[in-house]
Amino acid sequence: MRLFSSTVGRKNLMALSGQALIAFVVMHLLGNFTVYSGALNSYAERLHSLPLLVWSFRLIMLAALTLHVFYGAIITLENRAAKPQAYAVTKTQKATFASKNMIWTGSAIAAFLLYHLIQFTFSGVPGRDLFSRPDVFGMVVQGFSSLPVVLVYVASITALFYHLSHGIQSSFQTLGLNSEAAMPFIMKSAVIISLVLFGGYSSIPLFILLGAVR
Amino acid sequence: MNLALFVWRQKSPADSGGLQQYEARDISPDMSFLEMLDVVNEDLIKKGIEPIAFDHDCREGICGMCSQVINGTAHGPQEKTTVCQLHMRNFKDGDTIYIEPWRAKAFPVIKDLVVDRGALDRIIQSGGYVSVSTGGVPDANAILIPKADSDRAMDAAECIGCGACVAACPNGSAMLFVSAKVAHLALLPQGCVEAARRVCVMTETMMKEGFGNCSNHYECQAACPKGIKVSFIAKLNREFIKSLAKPSEAL
Amino acid sequence: MILDGKCPSGQLPLKWDKHRQELKLVNPSNKRKYKIIVVGTGLAGASAAATLGELGYQVEAFCYQDSGRRAHSIAAQGGINAAKNYPNDGDNIYRLFYDTIKGGDFRAREANVYRLAAVSNQIIDQCVAQGVPFARDYAGYLENRSFGGAQVSRTFYARGQTGQQLLLGAYSALSRQIHAGSVKLYPRTEMLDLVIVNGEAKGITVRDLVSGEIRSHAADAVCLCTGGYSNVFYLSTNAMGSNTTAIYRAYKKGAYFANPCFTQIHPTCIPVTGDHQSKLTLMSESLRNDGRVWAPKKQGDTRHPSEIPEDERDYYLERKYPSFGNLAPRDISSRAAKEVCDEGRGVGPGNRGVYLDFGDAIKRFSKEKIQERYGNLFDMYKKITDEDAYEQPMRIYPAPHYTMGGLWVDYNLQSNIPGLFVLGEANFSDHGANRLGASALMQGLADGYFIIPYTIADYLARTKPGTASPEHSEFKKSKEDTENLTRRMLSINGRKTVNEFHRELGRIMWEHAGMARSEEGLKKALELIPQLKAEFSQNVKVTGTGTELNQELEKAGRVADFLEFAELFVLDAMQRKESCGGHFRTEYQMPDGEAKRDDENFRYVAAWEFRGEGKGPELHKEPLEFENVHLAVRSYK
Repeated sequence: MRLFSSTVGRKNLMALSGQALIAFVVMHLLGNFTVYSGALNSYAERLHSLPLLVWSFRLIMLAALTLHVFYGAIITLENRAAKPQAYAVTKTQKATFASKNMIWTGSAIAAFLLYHLIQFTFSGVPGRDLFSRPDVFGMVVQGFSSLPVVLVYVASITALFYHLSHGIQSSFQTLGLNSEAAMPFIMKSAVIISLVLFGGYSSIPLFILLGAVR
Repeated sequence: MNLALFVWRQKSPADSGGLQQYEARDISPDMSFLEMLDVVNEDLIKKGIEPIAFDHDCREGICGMCSQVINGTAHGPQEKTTVCQLHMRNFKDGDTIYIEPWRAKAFPVIKDLVVDRGALDRIIQSGGYVSVSTGGVPDANAILIPKADSDRAMDAAECIGCGACVAACPNGSAMLFVSAKVAHLALLPQGCVEAARRVCVMTETMMKEGFGNCSNHYECQAACPKGIKVSFIAKLNREFIKSLAKPSEAL
Repeated sequence: MILDGKCPSGQLPLKWDKHRQELKLVNPSNKRKYKIIVVGTGLAGASAAATLGELGYQVEAFCYQDSGRRAHSIAAQGGINAAKNYPNDGDNIYRLFYDTIKGGDFRAREANVYRLAAVSNQIIDQCVAQGVPFARDYAGYLENRSFGGAQVSRTFYARGQTGQQLLLGAYSALSRQIHAGSVKLYPRTEMLDLVIVNGEAKGITVRDLVSGEIRSHAADAVCLCTGGYSNVFYLSTNAMGSNTTAIYRAYKKGAYFANPCFTQIHPTCIPVTGDHQSKLTLMSESLRNDGRVWAPKKQGDTRHPSEIPEDERDYYLERKYPSFGNLAPRDISSRAAKEVCDEGRGVGPGNRGVYLDFGDAIKRFSKEKIQERYGNLFDMYKKITDEDAYEQPMRIYPAPHYTMGGLWVDYNLQSNIPGLFVLGEANFSDHGANRLGASALMQGLADGYFIIPYTIADYLARTKPGTASPEHSEFKKSKEDTENLTRRMLSINGRKTVNEFHRELGRIMWEHAGMARSEEGLKKALELIPQLKAEFSQNVKVTGTGTELNQELEKAGRVADFLEFAELFVLDAMQRKESCGGHFRTEYQMPDGEAKRDDENFRYVAAWEFRGEGKGPELHKEPLEFENVHLAVRSYK
């Protein structure tokens, strides 16, 4: 299959899986915002009453993630092998911190993901709320009351910001979904979207830590 | 002006090589960078030291032979300029200049600043052409081509094959070079016929030759002396996706 | 000896067709038994190697550059002529033929030039089919522009990079054949000797420029497509590596060298700035479509060009040649610039320069329009001179550019040595004493795509394939001689660099055998060149060894040949006691300073035969017959 063997095909897969993961990141944030409206517990209950949806969604995400991580690692290793010797003086003109560190920001996000799943998903919800629903809200507030935990979250979301600020525009280029005229717009939008996601995600632990949400 | 040079010297492919310091004295701002190296070399020869080997030929920015990384930038600091067209007025007295060869696994060093770029030729040989033999072709005006397409094909066709894109790419990828040829021919009705096959075999050869994958750093566009744009890589990507609609046997 | 160009008889337009009928063919299944060597991968070499490979011959191609795509044809800017008559302005094959033969000052063969004009149209078709992106109009049709020496628009172009695009087209055809296995390319390999077995060319001896290995390649025929020798002047518009070694060493093996003194000095180059200069850069002739050439009327006028009022400017080309104006042919424009500078009216450093002014064109069209037409040339000018040609006129001065002379060939492009074919700039055949703009690309591709495939078959069909082998004593001797030559060069270990000798030779040639030549100057050159040559053999310093990449050694070999060749060049200039085209002898001029041709005594091709070291070469003549054109005084007034 050319899609899986060709350098362009594999990049296409990276871009497509990346875009699927971005879609997840956006939806997840929208869901998380229920923290502010106090509807988090009912949102969680509603979601878990639809196991088919939840599980098919989870499987798709797992597939996208596996593809993204697998090819990301292979491509990075190949690229390093293609440039065995560095210049004595290095100077980049267009490459950014984000573009040069995709593998590291990606690894940080993967590690964080594992931590995040262990913390909030695999361990189960410890308490119940007034309506005897699983108290997700309580669990989150409890979790973010510790400064080190919040720092880990904010750092990881910073990594996500860098990863996406390159990843979003790069995926459009890789899929050929752009033009010379559209590219500056796509580049700017990518940064704005990444910033909004950064702000949205990091606000929750920060506000909780500062006691603004309780 | 006087300059301090640090030049990569490497006797042979097997030699490990290293930077050597030289002085360039009484350099005129009207000299080209290569003429400055000529002066240094004349001096070395008179001292009985082997001169610095570097590739160059036309010295008017079109043959694509010259290939030096100057202070970390392929072809040096001036935009859209080959080393041979870079003039010393871009430097000032007392500057320190580092001169290194193109670096990539697919471009082994032959000697000093001279590298082997045969891999680029092999990419073209794998499919960078219209498979037409001499004779038996229609009248030139029988194939009408919209001016916009023709102009854009020309933008891509201006590639001089110097390899600066590979030298500048942190991944040692030749994607800009490949895309220039793929786009040039895919934009023309004559080249369209083989477009799907071309994009597949050329990118495949690129990987076989040891070049890296494109990860959209866009360093190549910044280094390209002919201003070839990364939008041609997007075009290549589209051509690849289109090719997926064709079964492998059809290519 | 009187040489015969073997032009077919019959009516001019029918000669080539008739000749093709008479040429022998090689059976398709026998073609693969024949091996052909092609040296050089410029327009002529790449197109020949590709086409011969397509036909089924085994081809071995050689170039000294690291890739077949870098030959100096790549630097041709302006365009390629063809008699398509797309603009409907009265062009046809005969007119292109006539312009070319008149442009060459009636020193080329009628039959060759007519054939060139006749195949010109096919070249454009072929290039378009390959994907060459020629300029087009909004309806999608091909555009044309005008060039010097013609009153019709017949030049096809791809921005200011026509040579590049045509070469990349030929290179892509060549690449396709390399992939198919019919052509084997040897890059970074330089031909150093021609091998002759039983009087026929059967191979070459080369040096692998990376490993230093000297080895021989045997074949059934050899095509030399190695370009011109303008670098005998040191400063020229040629690439640094362009050289005469391949054809000069073939000359030393018995091939006749024709009209070596016919060299073209191109009028629009960027003037020299200092001693450090390593090459000169051409500004395409196409600029003269819109630019106006002028010099101040006053001597030693050092005012900024913008401060020189209109009535104190001398638009000398428009004044002297009103019907062709700024598009007068190259030899004439160059000489006119030299005259102006000799009168002390030159501009810029050393007062060797005239203005090429776009002020009027920018007013008439717009800066954007001019930018679209010549943007890359203006950019290049800016990089080299640090001046903005949109704001102030360009400074230009003539520089050596193209050499019409080359190895003598007959109508089949075969030299006097059977089996040795010479194509493109390396032969002498089509441009007479001066080449018109946009005709070099035409000739290179005509020879490679459409002539050699027919004519070489005629030779091959008469020979048995595979008779030559590198084990033959002639090959061994050639290899030994070449090795000795290299060893000698490395052992001199003198005090002057190769470049110093080359620069010195260039000065002698430019001063005494450049744009204007006199008996006295040529005699002086004949005194100085042997001295310099003798000094070279005693005092040159070549560093490094022969068994590695050694650029000094490469240069030394080329300069050694230039030093010998320069003498032949000057001898030829001396014997030609007339002025014609690019060859201007000060003793032979009209009262108004125009070239004075002597058809009665010099209507011939001068072909020189090497008779051994220490002996002078022998002059053979091929009389030129003009059955179709009237020998007229060439006037562009």
